[in-house]
Amino acid sequence: MTAILEINGLNKSFGGIKATDNLSLTVEQGELHAVIGPNGAGKTTLISQLTGMQFPDSGSVKFKSRDITRMAAHKRPHLGIARSFQITSLIMQMSVLDNVALALQACDGHSFRFLRPARSVNSLRERGRALLDRVGLADNADSPTAALSHGEHRRMEIAIALASEAELMLLDEPMAGLGAQESTEMVGLLQDLKGKHTILLIEHDMDAVFALADRISVLVYGHIIATGTPDEIRGNEAVQHAYLGEEA
Amino acid sequence: MRAGLTVLVMVALAVVPPLLYWYANPFYLDLASRLVILGIAAVSLNLILGYGGLVSFGHAAFLGLGAYAVGIPAHHWLYGGMDAIATTNGWVQIALAVGVSGLFAFLTGLVCLRTRGVYFIMITMAFAQMIYYLIVSIEEYGGDDGLVIDTRSELPFINLDDPLQLYFLGYVSLLVAMLLVRMIVHSRFGMVLQGAKGNEERMISLGYNIYAYRLVAYVISGAMAGYAGALLGNFTTFISPEMMDWSRSGELMFMVILGGFATNVGPVLGAVAFIVLEEVLSSWTIYWHLPFGLMLIGVVLFARGGLVGLFTGRGGKK
Ligand SMILES: Nc1ncnc2c1ncn2[C@@H]1O[C@H](COP(=O)(O)OP(=O)(O)OP(=O)(O)O)[C@@H](O)[C@H]1O
Ligand SMILES: [Mg+2]
Repeated sequence: MTAILEINGLNKSFGGIKATDNLSLTVEQGELHAVIGPNGAGKTTLISQLTGMQFPDSGSVKFKSRDITRMAAHKRPHLGIARSFQITSLIMQMSVLDNVALALQACDGHSFRFLRPARSVNSLRERGRALLDRVGLADNADSPTAALSHGEHRRMEIAIALASEAELMLLDEPMAGLGAQESTEMVGLLQDLKGKHTILLIEHDMDAVFALADRISVLVYGHIIATGTPDEIRGNEAVQHAYLGEEA
Repeated sequence: MRAGLTVLVMVALAVVPPLLYWYANPFYLDLASRLVILGIAAVSLNLILGYGGLVSFGHAAFLGLGAYAVGIPAHHWLYGGMDAIATTNGWVQIALAVGVSGLFAFLTGLVCLRTRGVYFIMITMAFAQMIYYLIVSIEEYGGDDGLVIDTRSELPFINLDDPLQLYFLGYVSLLVAMLLVRMIVHSRFGMVLQGAKGNEERMISLGYNIYAYRLVAYVISGAMAGYAGALLGNFTTFISPEMMDWSRSGELMFMVILGGFATNVGPVLGAVAFIVLEEVLSSWTIYWHLPFGLMLIGVVLFARGGLVGLFTGRGGKK
């Protein structure tokens, strides 16, 4: 096994709050690695530092042995890192297909192209439709994004993350706010992605995490208190005490 | 529906002003010339304000720079000095207008586009005021009092001293500006610009360097407004720092918002409404800015798509 993502001694404070506290974590190539932890544990803050939306106070992040700790956020997707947002982040004014096409366009060279209408570029439109089909949104391609339901927005997030065919996908609570039925569908979707991409999955839904993850890390107060297979985590006393105990 | 409105407005602008000029009062052609020239500036502002979401409050500076790029060479041509730029050649003057305003847009854009929201509004305004005071301080070009352009730009086949020819140069330029912005907006570049307006965070996460795209849009917009400024200088033949005052920038914003931003014909409709209102209201009262401002607030509150939204019966594309 080779490590695709190596996080070493990461620290990030907001005023008095230590959102990331000496956090170290390795994600292996090809695995689905879940990070669980209570509300406010610093999961989203971790993702922000991996995507470059925030920079750590200290520590390092390496992607495929390359130090990306302070690399600009807009450069990272081109290395092969994609993300989805916990709080849906889409371009609401555009159509569903436009959103996905923009994601595809981002990986198709620079966009300082002024002459040809973007909506007439068949390769982008067709691949966009195929991606929407994959997440079950084929019929909504031409709808305004704002008209879709929350559950459909969550699936758009996945389609967009898939567009770049990134090696590493950082998924921040893809099931946030989904009903039981929609959650099941989303688990099916993630099951399908598993193995094709390396995935760092942040999730609250314990059933989903234990069903999907190859390995699980438990984040509490910005620090990883345990990493292991689902069985190891289930049996870990510190974890049960700090976290699972409340839920189990 | 929207395309129909565009055709209607542009056909009317091609036919009505010359008719008024011949059969009614030549003064109307003056109004129409100002309208099409300010229309170009409004169309250019719409690219960054409407489609890019960048609330630039200093657009009149580009107009002013463009006008002085005509006035200063003409001034030296007549009174000597600065032989290198002393000319009445229209090509040189227009190239200078476009080049200088594009460069100004690039240099200020580098700084302005690092800021967001109200800071962006303030800093674009600050840079425009800087140019304003710079011109005020140069006595050779009349400072506060302004500069008379004794000789209009000389261009092949067109005589700008003929008001009708000047009008049609402005009209065709407006048409070209609209087509240009339309093309840009629909291109890949335009999609990125609009995407960045809709969701900056998302665009960065997709891997777009939105700063670079916005900077290019800002330069295109500034250069277009500079071109409009060169026409404005030829039209008024009198230029002064007052034409880049912040209130002038505000008027351009009014046109874009009143007409319906992020629509092709919106800024032109806004320019029509502005010219008409200015004429009508200012004949009633010198405090015409007050009712004008109230009407603008009315449009913003009650007709969100601006005039385009009003006429086509739906809100402008947001
Ligand atoms: N920009 C910020 N400024 C100040 N404090 C912040 C900021 N972002 C996060 N925090 C704080 O850092 C801590 C970790 O927040 P974070 O959003 O990373 O938690 P999380 O594990 O994603 O929580 P949740 O499960 O609710 O999504 C919280 O206490 C939060 O209030
Ligand atoms: Mg979170």
